[in-house]
Formats: sequence, structure tokens, C-alpha cells
Amino acid sequence: MSRPALPALNIADLQSLLRRREVSPREVLDALQARIEDIDPKVEAYLSIDFEAAAREAEKVDVDLPLGGVPIAIKDIINVAGQPCTCASKILRNYRAPYDATVIRKLRAAGAIPFGKTNMDEFAMGSSTENSSVKLTRNPWDLSRVPGGSSGGSAAAVAADAAFGGLGTDTGGSIRQPAALSGIVGVKPTYGRVSRFGVVAFASSLDQVGPLTKTVRDAALIMTAIAGHDPQDSTSLNEPVPDYVAMLNSNGNLKGVRLGLPKEYMVEGIDPQVKAAVDAAVKQLQSLGAEIIDVSLPHTDYGIAVYYFLATAEASANLARFDGVRYGHRAENPKDLLDHYGRTREEGFGAEVKRRIILGTYVLSSGYYDAYYLRAQKVRELIRQDFAKAFEKADAIVSPTSPVPAFKLGERTADPLQMYLADIFTNTGNLAGICGISVLCGFAKSASRTDSSRGEIDNKQLPIGLQLLGKALDEARILQIAHAYEQSTDWHKARPPLAKIEN
Amino acid sequence: MADPSDLDVAYVAKLARLNLTGEETCLFQKQLSDVLKYAAKLREVDVSRVEAAAHAIPVFNVFREDEPRDWFTAEQALSNAPHKANNLFIVTKVVE
Repeated sequence: MSRPALPALNIADLQSLLRRREVSPREVLDALQARIEDIDPKVEAYLSIDFEAAAREAEKVDVDLPLGGVPIAIKDIINVAGQPCTCASKILRNYRAPYDATVIRKLRAAGAIPFGKTNMDEFAMGSSTENSSVKLTRNPWDLSRVPGGSSGGSAAAVAADAAFGGLGTDTGGSIRQPAALSGIVGVKPTYGRVSRFGVVAFASSLDQVGPLTKTVRDAALIMTAIAGHDPQDSTSLNEPVPDYVAMLNSNGNLKGVRLGLPKEYMVEGIDPQVKAAVDAAVKQLQSLGAEIIDVSLPHTDYGIAVYYFLATAEASANLARFDGVRYGHRAENPKDLLDHYGRTREEGFGAEVKRRIILGTYVLSSGYYDAYYLRAQKVRELIRQDFAKAFEKADAIVSPTSPVPAFKLGERTADPLQMYLADIFTNTGNLAGICGISVLCGFAKSASRTDSSRGEIDNKQLPIGLQLLGKALDEARILQIAHAYEQSTDWHKARPPLAKIEN
Repeated sequence: MADPSDLDVAYVAKLARLNLTGEETCLFQKQLSDVLKYAAKLREVDVSRVEAAAHAIPVFNVFREDEPRDWFTAEQALSNAPHKANNLFIVTKVVE
């Protein structure tokens, strides 16, 4: 057999083997289990896996469905009935989901098997997955570095061929940034495109669920399955869902596509290797026929400040439900109700979550609401208008996904503000409610000073992500552009050295 | 406009029903003051003619029929309760 080992396959290729009955869902699951047992002790992407339940589903799944028999890894913020849903927090350590989130119900209806839950920053608050209360997940391209976050577990699992595809959530970049740092594809859908019902809320006006995959086609497959109106989420949009896969084929030709290059995105502090890779990607897009035009997003520089006031304000309200009454951790022997709340939350939440609850409570408090929260909400509207103007001229906007490649574990944990700046290119997309995708566009060579001073050559390759932002509900367009770009390069064929699978 | 030095972490923690250690209070006071100083740049923006809005595609007035439907059983609702008895959540005493 010259076929690659099963876990190395992307979803589309795996699904056609399943559909042709060349492999059974059970064989796929067994191969994936062996792969995870082999590699996850190094990467540590998973928090919990239920192979027994998955095997039962594999017995009866219809392989003729679009995702029939494909196991999918799920960020541990999304409820999967009967499985733990901890948000990588101590406060939900023993929580088991009593029901399926709408996205899980839709994945199952498309034949997918949600078999395991992946690590993340606690309550999705972070950009490195280091805020997990459970464990550190490592970047498969360099185990001393972060996989990005907050959907770092799903990203690392897919990058390491320990998952065929995964779901994450993106509130300020938490799908796109880990996809970039781990060298895969990640989509942040338009706000309202995908139901949030059954997804633990962080910032309700920003959160969206989306796919993390090996290829753009796979992302389109998952998007087609999970998008759509849900009466149980009053913010979900009642708009028809196109077949994103069928819309990919443009023969790789981008003639007539106008791509906006915002001058504000070429900021200081952007890694020169990231800039070079993105510049080269823009040239490549041009050679495929796209027209590159200058656009301006003048309020970009305010994005981080706006984001941290609004996201923390919403988080402080959403996390008020963790009071130790109906579910989750409860402090022992409280002397009264205030002691019950105060200690339950002290013991249950980690440092970053506490920090954000404090900031969010503060910006909503009497005397400060207008100065911080309301002002931020108004600047958010200006950011939205910036994009609306840019999209009058451009079909999509191109930028780096992250200003830097994957950083070392521990490198940024002491300074929350530095960590927040990791989202500089992604979080305005959430503020404006538009859609975005990150696709691999090259590699940086890592050469840290400490390594060279010891005479060691550290020449690991670190993935770089290209971000395409699209108009609201224009997912099909950014998927088309990303697909044409991907198919014209070999980047997506690169696998981390760790991921080599012996046949 | 509010000044970053106005932030009193110990007081806000009380509002948030979140106990903090003395060490955490000091650390957050410094870190969040840095965040507020960074965010002071929002004062530069003229927002006098801007209406606060959020979404790219606004959705208004989402209603549904107010009809009973099947949802959780009591058993399911209690399945994650930290403390329960007689099909009820047991809570810390509220009234003296």
C-alpha cells in the first residue's frame, strides 16, 4: 500500500476513502487513537477523549454524509452531551455536558464524530493556551513554543496529525492566531453565521465558533455543516447557507478580485520574516490575477483598547453565573453567602480570568461606564465603519494573522499587555462582526540568541499565517481566495518534523 | 475622564464577589493600571457624533411563541449540582 497513513490525511481525502468503503469508520478511529497515544504525550493537545462512545457512533454512522465517519476534535468550551466541558478551568473540573451544542448537533447530522475535547486558555482568555489550568500544550513545529491560543489544543492536534479537523472559538483571534502559529487553516465566521447555543459564553457580542483544518477545502466542508440559523440563538442570522465546498472551484484564477492592503497594518514590531512572507504572498495573489489596492483602516490602533474594555465587560457579566450553586466548584463550609461566592470564585478561577473579571467589572461600574465602556462601544462603531468603507473598494483585506511567529512557552506570561498585543491584526474583525481566515504562507527560521550563544543551532521552522478578512456573510469569497492561494503553493503540504508517520 | 489611578482593585473585587489575596490585589493593581494607561489613547478619538452600535448585520426584535416545550428533566438539571437533595439544589443559607 502506498497510501499515506490514515491520520496524515485531510478530511476530504479521508471521507472519500470512507465513502468508497476502502476503510471503515472504526478503522479510522483506531488509527487515530494509535496516533494520539503515540504523539499526544509530547503535544498535550487533549483534555479528554471518549473512544468508547466514538466507537459506538462509528458502528452506525452513515459514511455517505458529507463528514460521514470523520472524527472531529472539539475545543473544551463547546458542550458535547455526556463528555466533560471544563473550559480548562478548575471551576468546571467535574462538569459534564447534559446536552449537545447546536454546532455539535449539526456536525453529527453531517456524519462527524465528536470524540475528544481539546486544551485551551481558561474560558478562552489568552493567546497561547498557557492560561489552561490543566496543562501546557506545545507547538508541534517546536515543542518549546506555544501553539497560539486560545484554541491551541485544537490547532496543535490538527497540526500534529492527531486530529483530522477541529472546532474552536474566536473572540479576538482565538481560531486564526493558533491556526497561524501552528501552520494550519482557521476560519472566524461572520458574527451570527454559526450558532453559539451550547458554547460557554466569554464575550457574547464577539464569540464565534469555527473550524481548524489542514486545508481550506476542509474548512469549507465544516463551515457548510455548522453554519446556519438557530432559533435557540437569537443573535444567529436567518440567512441561507451556501455550499462553501462547491463554491471553491475558480480554477485558481483570481482575476477581478480586489484585495485591500491596509497601510495601518505594516506596524512597527512586526517580525521581519512575517512581513517578508506576507509580502511574498501578496505578490503570489497578484500573479493569480488579483488586483492589489491600498485601503485605510484609520482606527486600527485603537482595536486592542476597545477590545479589552468590551470583552472584559461582557466576560465579567457572563462569568457571574459561576457562583457554585447549580454546577461547578463550590467552596467548602462557607460561613455565609458572600463567603460562599468569594471563595468559590477565588478557588475556581485562574489569574487571567480574575484579572479580566476585575477590569470588566470596573469599566461597567458606576462613574466609569461612560468613560470606558460606552466610549469603547462608540470607537467600535468607528472601526466597523472603517471596514465598511474599505469593503466599498476591496473584496477582501489581506494582512498577517499574527505580528510574530510562535513564541517560547513562558516568554510573555508575565506581562498581560504584551500578550494582548498578539491579537492586533485579528480582534478588529471580531469588533466589526466580519469574517476572516488564516492560511499558511511560509515559515520563519527560529534562531534565538540563547541557543546560538551555547553554540547550538536552533533552526526550527515556524509557520506564518496570512489573514484574509471578508465582508459580513462573505465567507465563500475568502474561502475561494484562500483556496486559490493554497493550491498555488506547496505550504500546506509541509508537516512538522514531529508529525512524520512511518508506514 | 476617569483616571487610571482611580482603579481600586480591592473594592472592585468586592463588587465582583471575587476574593483576592493581598499579593494578587497588588499585582492586578499594577498590571491593570498599565492596561488603563495604554487604553487612555481612546480619549483621542472624537466620538461626539457616533452612536454606539455593535454588529455588522443588526438583528432586532427576535421573538418566539411563549409555549412550553420539552427541555431538561430535573435529574438532568441537577446532574452537575455541587450539593443536592430531594430533587433540589442545596444552597448556602441566604436569610439569617
